[in-house]
Amino acid sequence: MEKHIQLPLTEEKAKGLRAGDTVYLTGTIYTSRDAGHKRMCEALERGEELPFNPQDATIYYVGPTPAKPGQVIGSAGPTTSGRMDAYAPTMMSVGARGMIGKGARLPEVIDAMKKYKGVYFGAIGGAGALLAKSIKKAELIAFEDLGAEALRELYVEEMPLVVIIDTEGNNLYEEGRAAYLEQKK
Amino acid sequence: MREINANQITDVVERLCIKANEHLPTDVKNAIESCRACEDWDIAKGVLDQIVENYEIADAQNVPICQDTGMACVFLEIGQEVHVSGGDLSEAIHEGVRRGYENGYLRKSVVKDPVRRGNTGDNTPAMIYTEIVPGDQIHITVGPKGFGSENMSMIRMFKPSAGLQGIKDFILEVVETAGPNPCPPMVVGVGIGGTFDKAALLAKKALMRPIDTKNEDPYYADLEVEMLEKVNALGIGPQGFGGKTTAIGLNIETMPTHIAGMPCAVNINCHVTRHASEVI
Repeated sequence: MEKHIQLPLTEEKAKGLRAGDTVYLTGTIYTSRDAGHKRMCEALERGEELPFNPQDATIYYVGPTPAKPGQVIGSAGPTTSGRMDAYAPTMMSVGARGMIGKGARLPEVIDAMKKYKGVYFGAIGGAGALLAKSIKKAELIAFEDLGAEALRELYVEEMPLVVIIDTEGNNLYEEGRAAYLEQKK
Repeated sequence: MREINANQITDVVERLCIKANEHLPTDVKNAIESCRACEDWDIAKGVLDQIVENYEIADAQNVPICQDTGMACVFLEIGQEVHVSGGDLSEAIHEGVRRGYENGYLRKSVVKDPVRRGNTGDNTPAMIYTEIVPGDQIHITVGPKGFGSENMSMIRMFKPSAGLQGIKDFILEVVETAGPNPCPPMVVGVGIGGTFDKAALLAKKALMRPIDTKNEDPYYADLEVEMLEKVNALGIGPQGFGGKTTAIGLNIETMPTHIAGMPCAVNINCHVTRHASEVI
């Protein structure tokens, strides 16, 4: 199914998504990779606040290239999500709901998604030039010293994604491949 | 003896870093497009269309194809009749990478220590591979290597008794384990023989060879065809969403090895298999 979703990603909107759905996201999202997640989880451990309100937030696992003059952002495709698996359940426990990346997730993350009603979206890995087109605004909000890994607030319009894992734990990586192999028989 | 100034090498490396990151080689584009034509699974067709659209945008607007502009792997075939003057060869290469990544607005993705981390800020050092060959030219190839795929690569030291079947099973095991992580459709580089380190180097060199070429030895050329078919029967598909196109190419490079061993390395690359070359 093709769906157009306006952020923030409330529990109700999240529950309406199914693994395999094509989704076009519009609204504010936040960028973070390994180093930024590590810092945010350490801040939470110390009882500090995050640089953005995590409630119903969507985090994009991306480290863009530097913007050329006149560009909002450089090429901005997803990085491998598995490196954020250690931090994702903590982020969901404070309200973050959407994750955008590519690649497999650990069972612990999928369990946390079911518990907190999280959604894992896939962006096309390696399609950095194409995905940058849907990013209309980019603002650095924290961890500037991390360079490409700094935390940015992005405004995206009709960002093309696919639901990989939904709030019930259905997984396109398993279902899509199985369905393809089944029809080949 | 032909003199080549180090500055000239810096200029070429700078240019190649930018070109390789913005413009996908024709052999890779052709492979993606022919796989798109043969793909029979809807979601896979959609993904391949977006991949084509992506490299067309990169070509037209001179922007990086992928945000992981990689570690700069620089391969030099240096003619033995060449004398490099006017500076340190390695530093000339690093300076080319430094300038290319800065002036080309490419991402700096290198940390100065593998355990303690810390970005070097200029994407140096380059990974330099040199070979001395006959002649009076220097052939330079820059192949930026992303780590989503590099992380899914493996090496195994087989007993010779494992034979060809051991190699075949291992290639499929590596691709299966990689699954959706390395941004499939992937390119698979296989290195067999040599020592532990040489097998890995052969696998990396296999990724630099155009995927519309075949191994010169018909035995391995046939194995390339057979294993590409087997990889594409796994059903992983573009991005791991299912489909026929799990890999767009599979190259094998080999060399002699010890009587007691059969090293095999499998280096995985994504659909953004980049490389650009120039001859000085």
